[in-house]
Amino acid sequence: MPQSQGTLGVVELRIPSKAEWVAVARLAVAAVANRLNFSIEDIEDVKLAVAEACTNCIQHAEGSDQIQITCETGPEGLTVRVHDFGRGMRPEGLQSIRTDEPHVGGLGVFLIRSLMDSVEYDVNPERGTNLVMTKKVAH
Amino acid sequence: MDIKVDVRESKGDTYVVDLNGEIDVYTSPKVKDAIGELIDKGHYNLVINLEKVRYIDSTGLGVLIGGLKRVREHGGTVNLVCTNPQIKKIFDITGLVKIFGIYEDENAAMQALV
Repeated sequence: MPQSQGTLGVVELRIPSKAEWVAVARLAVAAVANRLNFSIEDIEDVKLAVAEACTNCIQHAEGSDQIQITCETGPEGLTVRVHDFGRGMRPEGLQSIRTDEPHVGGLGVFLIRSLMDSVEYDVNPERGTNLVMTKKVAH
Repeated sequence: MDIKVDVRESKGDTYVVDLNGEIDVYTSPKVKDAIGELIDKGHYNLVINLEKVRYIDSTGLGVLIGGLKRVREHGGTVNLVCTNPQIKKIFDITGLVKIFGIYEDENAAMQALV
């Protein structure tokens, strides 16, 4: 059921930094997105972006065994923060590439940037990597 | 969440890989193994049927790209069957529509291999 416009909600989730937990994160965030007036396509976009962000943490963040996902809902849409507790993302984890040749690396970040309305990375060797991404509700 | 992988021989030396479920960082190794096994056995013309795939992420795309690269080295190709609009969208925005032959049904994907 869509929530009333203007209501702020915060949902936090922490998962082990392991492949088998990514589905839990994407389904939980999809359930949060479902509370807003997003189309099914928008919810699928958010789901994939969150999964890509978690996958990136698992594959490229050094020294992190947990991923924290925080969802903030508001009148404008949904902001999702994906935070690992490692020593910072290796550079290949931040590459973004659209491919006209068979090429694997960078597709995840490219998808996140394509599917969400805004995407910001904060990489810190002491605090880990924080990805903040927003999807706006179409009014 | 899981992925079901079925491999069957079709016309000529073409093999069809039927996938059913969700392809992500956890399940994609199973898909990679199935495709890799076919290529290791010398089968280089493949149709991968994504009709029953509900979700795919970049690791799943990576497996398909990796398979395509390997078969191309032997003059083969990989055609996809895909009707799910959300999955087609992922192929569109990543530019992979230019790399893979993507068809609405298995017959069309098969005919394009010949």
